[in-house]
Amino acid sequence: MFAGFMANAWLAGTIVAIVAGVVGFFVVLRGAAFPAHAIPNGAFAGAAGANLIGLNPLVGLGVFSLAAALGIGTLGRRGRSDAVTALALVTMLALGAALLSQSTEYEPQIFSLLFGEILGVSTSQIIPVAILAVVCVTAIGLLYRRLLLTSLAPEIAAARGVRPQVVDTMFLIVLACSTTMTVPVVGAFLIFTLMIGPPAAARCFSDRPGPALGGSVVIALLTLWAAIACSYQTNWPVGFYVGVFSATWYGVGRAYLASRRGRDATTSLVRAPTASGSL
Amino acid sequence: MNERAVLEVEKVSVSFSGRKILDDVSFEVRRGEFTGLIGSNGVGKTTLLRAILGLQRIDAGEIRVTGAPHRRGARSLGYVPQKVILDPDVPMRARDFVALGLDAERYGFTRRTKEQHALVEQMLVNVDASEFADRRVGGLSGGEQQRVLIAHALISQPELLLLDEPLANLDPASVQEIVALLHRVAGEYQVGVLLSAHEMNALLPVMDRIVYLTDGRAASGTTEEVVRSEVLSKLYGHHVDVIKLHGRVFVVAEPGRDNKDIAEHSNLTVS
Repeated sequence: MFAGFMANAWLAGTIVAIVAGVVGFFVVLRGAAFPAHAIPNGAFAGAAGANLIGLNPLVGLGVFSLAAALGIGTLGRRGRSDAVTALALVTMLALGAALLSQSTEYEPQIFSLLFGEILGVSTSQIIPVAILAVVCVTAIGLLYRRLLLTSLAPEIAAARGVRPQVVDTMFLIVLACSTTMTVPVVGAFLIFTLMIGPPAAARCFSDRPGPALGGSVVIALLTLWAAIACSYQTNWPVGFYVGVFSATWYGVGRAYLASRRGRDATTSLVRAPTASGSL
Repeated sequence: MNERAVLEVEKVSVSFSGRKILDDVSFEVRRGEFTGLIGSNGVGKTTLLRAILGLQRIDAGEIRVTGAPHRRGARSLGYVPQKVILDPDVPMRARDFVALGLDAERYGFTRRTKEQHALVEQMLVNVDASEFADRRVGGLSGGEQQRVLIAHALISQPELLLLDEPLANLDPASVQEIVALLHRVAGEYQVGVLLSAHEMNALLPVMDRIVYLTDGRAASGTTEEVVRSEVLSKLYGHHVDVIKLHGRVFVVAEPGRDNKDIAEHSNLTVS
């Protein structure tokens, strides 16, 4: 499974996992799972449309995911963002349905946009993926502290001169970029799994933002590598393994956290008499 | 203007769609002093604080922070918002949140220096938060979170600290602790503290000055100057009595008056 044609799969998988781990950390922190679901799923319609008029699917994905990100960012102020996100999703799906009905030939390609075809990634696909990955990771690195503060306390951020709305829109644009690069490789459903499972699991293993972000990348890498290996051996879809492994990681993380909190509770019970004794 | 003034609010008015929220409000906050912004819910306290922060446009008047016209995001201002809801699963310890107060608006990563770590440590000690400094901030109690938020605001060494209803939703013991902490901090850091509350009794022991707000209009001065029947009657536009009992103050309107707005902060409880 380390044969020449698999080299691209390992490389693409590694890049995608790093991006999903980094961007996903803030998806989970900001409670943006719904946009992270809506943008890739809606954007696949753009790929379908691009294919129909003979363009590179990446162009269609990029246009649709950016439009969705800007729409959700501008219209979706606090409280209304769920409805706006849902409407962005259904509008794009409706367009996708219309575009698909005009085409007769490429059902396998649609399947691969939804579920990915990582084992068939070509060298020419790797370069745009790598460029967009660098852009996404750099953007998150630059915005790191602003993202942290606006995620946790938007009022404080606003008082400090950081506009939460602007940071929010910038983050959605990064989300759109990472969607554009990852959907052709791992599919719309898979990228969503990879952006939620590993970061949510990593939060259980560290109390600090930096290590939790690093852990998110590590777990995403382990998940995707293991999924590629298993998929190669068993011929089952990569997506199946990514979904199952992500959920397993999360389960392990919760169990670890519960056992740790249990220990803490026991310790504080033991300490309590001393504390009251000193009063 | 007083030379110790860090905040000057002069004849400020704010209207929302024709309705006056703040009407010709003037007062000042001085360095090292504790000022209470007292009024029941909906009288414009949050609007006033947002105007001072530069987040709310004012229709008339002027607001100066340390002598200069205010601008959004000025470092001379520290802010503790009304409600911070933190998810207990967020991977951030109390000390990480305090450290974020140093440089949250900077771009990129930098490793924090030894001096910065020492500063965070000292700030945690100063707000009595050392004990829970390594716990996740979302899992802390309301009073503990308030301490962390105060440390986050103070660490950038502001000259004015604004707190929007920090005592709401706290148990009485925590209220006492937070009030004592803020009083001490005002003196230690020579920062002007402006705290909004709908109930003044908890603040009476420490409050140097009061801004009493009702229906968008304000009376300000020392507690003795303002919390008097004549002054408050004029402010309310009808007669109210100020009753002092066991070191507490109650503001009561004559029977038959619609005194819903007064009842709330007079804290008249039958017990």
